[in-house]
Amino acid sequence: MVSRSGVPMEAEIVERLQESESVFTLRLRLLDEQQRHNYRFEPGQFNMVYLHGVGEVAISIVSDESNRHLLNHTIRAVGRVTRGLEQMQKGDVIGLRGPFGRGWPMEQARGRDIVIITGGVGCAPVVSALAHINRRRKHFGRVAIVEGVRHRRDLIYPDRFARWQRMDDTQILLCTSEPSAPWPWHTDRVTEHLGKMDIDPSGALVLLCGPEGMMISAARVLQELGIDESSIWLSMERNMQCGEGFCGHCQIGSYFVCRDGPVFNWTEIRELLAVKGI
Amino acid sequence: MGNGDDPQFLPLTQLERLLRSLRDAGYDCIGPQLKDGAILYQSLESIHDLPHGLSDLQSPGSYRLTENQGGRLFDWANGPSSLKPLIFPPHENLWRANKGSDGGIEFSSYTPDIAPLAVLGVRACDLAAMERMDHHFLRPEKQDPWYRKRRESLLLIVVNCSHPSDNCFCTSTGTGPESRSGYDLRLHELDDGFLIDAATDRGEEILQKLELSPAAQQMVEEAKEELERAATVQGQAVAVDDFRPIFSGREDDPIWERIAERCLGCGNCTAVCPTCFCHREEKIPTLSLDSSTHQRVWDSCFTAEHSMLHGQPVRREIRERYRQWLTHKLAGWHDQFGESGCVGCGRCITWCPVGINLVAESAAFAVPEEGVE
Ligand SMILES: Cc1cc2nc3c(=O)[nH]c(=O)nc-3n(C[C@H](O)[C@H](O)[C@H](O)COP(=O)(O)OP(=O)(O)OC[C@H]3O[C@@H](n4cnc5c(N)ncnc54)[C@H](O)[C@@H]3O)c2cc1C
Ligand code: SF4
Ligand code: SF4
Ligand code: FES
Repeated sequence: MVSRSGVPMEAEIVERLQESESVFTLRLRLLDEQQRHNYRFEPGQFNMVYLHGVGEVAISIVSDESNRHLLNHTIRAVGRVTRGLEQMQKGDVIGLRGPFGRGWPMEQARGRDIVIITGGVGCAPVVSALAHINRRRKHFGRVAIVEGVRHRRDLIYPDRFARWQRMDDTQILLCTSEPSAPWPWHTDRVTEHLGKMDIDPSGALVLLCGPEGMMISAARVLQELGIDESSIWLSMERNMQCGEGFCGHCQIGSYFVCRDGPVFNWTEIRELLAVKGI
Repeated sequence: MGNGDDPQFLPLTQLERLLRSLRDAGYDCIGPQLKDGAILYQSLESIHDLPHGLSDLQSPGSYRLTENQGGRLFDWANGPSSLKPLIFPPHENLWRANKGSDGGIEFSSYTPDIAPLAVLGVRACDLAAMERMDHHFLRPEKQDPWYRKRRESLLLIVVNCSHPSDNCFCTSTGTGPESRSGYDLRLHELDDGFLIDAATDRGEEILQKLELSPAAQQMVEEAKEELERAATVQGQAVAVDDFRPIFSGREDDPIWERIAERCLGCGNCTAVCPTCFCHREEKIPTLSLDSSTHQRVWDSCFTAEHSMLHGQPVRREIRERYRQWLTHKLAGWHDQFGESGCVGCGRCITWCPVGINLVAESAAFAVPEEGVE
């Protein structure tokens, strides 16, 4: 019998980085040595992050899983908890429960070309997969990253993108709906640019995250390009209260997104995504 | 009666002794009583507080009590209260966070502070519902400790149901009217006493303290006939147990809209349903800024907040919320737990202010559409 994690763990903010106007990264260290030792996660999993006296929110883990000492969260300040977290500084303590959920199929991804497509504001779920791939670069084929943001200023990690862009076999397509954006930006939606990807569609594995509408159109275009639908994976969001399969809020169809996801194979969820308000 | 040992006979005059034995063994006792015009589970001081000579009349959106001539104590079908609040209370403190002077936060779990609790008068449908709750809260790979603590404190004394209401359909869901497992003690009410048997050691210990006689064959026959009658008089039945094939591909069926025109979205059905487990987590305000309590509170898929995402509910319309409720109960539950989420207790029908009937609404999907071969 395993009890749920239930109660948060103390985590200290070791570093705080401002990524863009409203996005920041917290680098965290679990204070309890035993907890630090036991904590293991997979790319694509998330924590419930607790701000004292305010509440908890689901936040993806963005660091690489081989870093056993620090774990990173990149957070957009949008509401009560995330705005409060934005005020936190180095040395402050917050709470964490996790890691929760099913992450990206990194084992299956080995040796294959990788396509990463993000849209809107939420690319966090794929970041630790990217970190994973970049650390073990020779184990993967070509990598194409297609990132869509509304405005150039919404792009987080610009330095990292610049660095990745210089790497061999890595192609980055940055897209914005802002008219007349300068190079290297492409204008229009991500789906307009998928044809430019320099990958082998027959063997590629795709990681998708962003607004559901974008993921649905991207999945369609990818299949037109010859990518098998079972090679498409996506990260879902739903209201989450408990994060570990009890509260019922994250249900979509028969799935509990917190437990069966947040990462799903396209074939598992395509019918559900087609239904409004499910 | 069912399997197990041969039942014994507990004369009516010995029922008080059963209550006393439970108390002597350290149990607080609750049992059905008349309160606010309904039969509710309340702390039970004496068997004189049981609903003597009362029956109920239930129909969609309606519940009424009537006096009967028989003078039995358990001659009624379930009122609004189930076992759910005992194992999954409307408010449960989960943990506390205390901010220390060093800037750290001390997290500590609340443990429900509860004495062993004996529940007299549990019905088969509610026992089945509790087993379904177990499958959710006590999953093999992850268990909820708060639920577990409450669950383990319970001693369950079921009384076979001889008086189903017009809203009951436990025969069709295979969950009643007879309790076959999951109880500690089982009673079957006769005019001057009860057939009684135990299914657990804890139940057996209590049984040992009572003055029982072997049940006469004719009593056993009578009980059997009553149960058969209770099983066959039920006025309605679910079309099938597993609605997955029936709901599949019907997400935009106009039937949902027709139901939504009547549904108020009040969430009464989810509150009275003994298997609805949804809850939200909240911090409850305390006077001290340094201390904060985290609590879980019953929630319902009929609220906008239940599916709130990026500031908008995923299920914006009542149509979508009713669809969530019905498809989760009758179809999704099978995927999640290998069984239906409905045990046929009829509560959602009785306590729906506009009398929406889950059995009738789901049946509409099961009849072949006109013009379709
Ligand atoms: C599995 C999972 C992983 C997640 N990972 C991350 C992550 O890594 N980083 C991250 O920043 N968030 C992530 N989120 C989203 C995050 O959980 C929510 O943004 C957070 O719960 C908002 O809580 P809050 O108390 O700050 O806002 P609330 O007070 O609940 O308020 C929400 C209000 O803010 C606005 N709002 C909320 N979200 C958005 C949005 N996305 N866009 C625009 N407006 C919005 C709305 O107007 C709404 O009224 C994730 C969610 C899930 C389910
Ligand atoms: S859905 Fe209705 S009839 Fe079925 S268990 Fe819940 S309240 Fe009872
Ligand atoms: S989603 Fe709705 S029907 Fe399902 S358990 Fe929660 S409240 Fe009940
Ligand atoms: S977040 Fe509570 S069940 Fe998924």
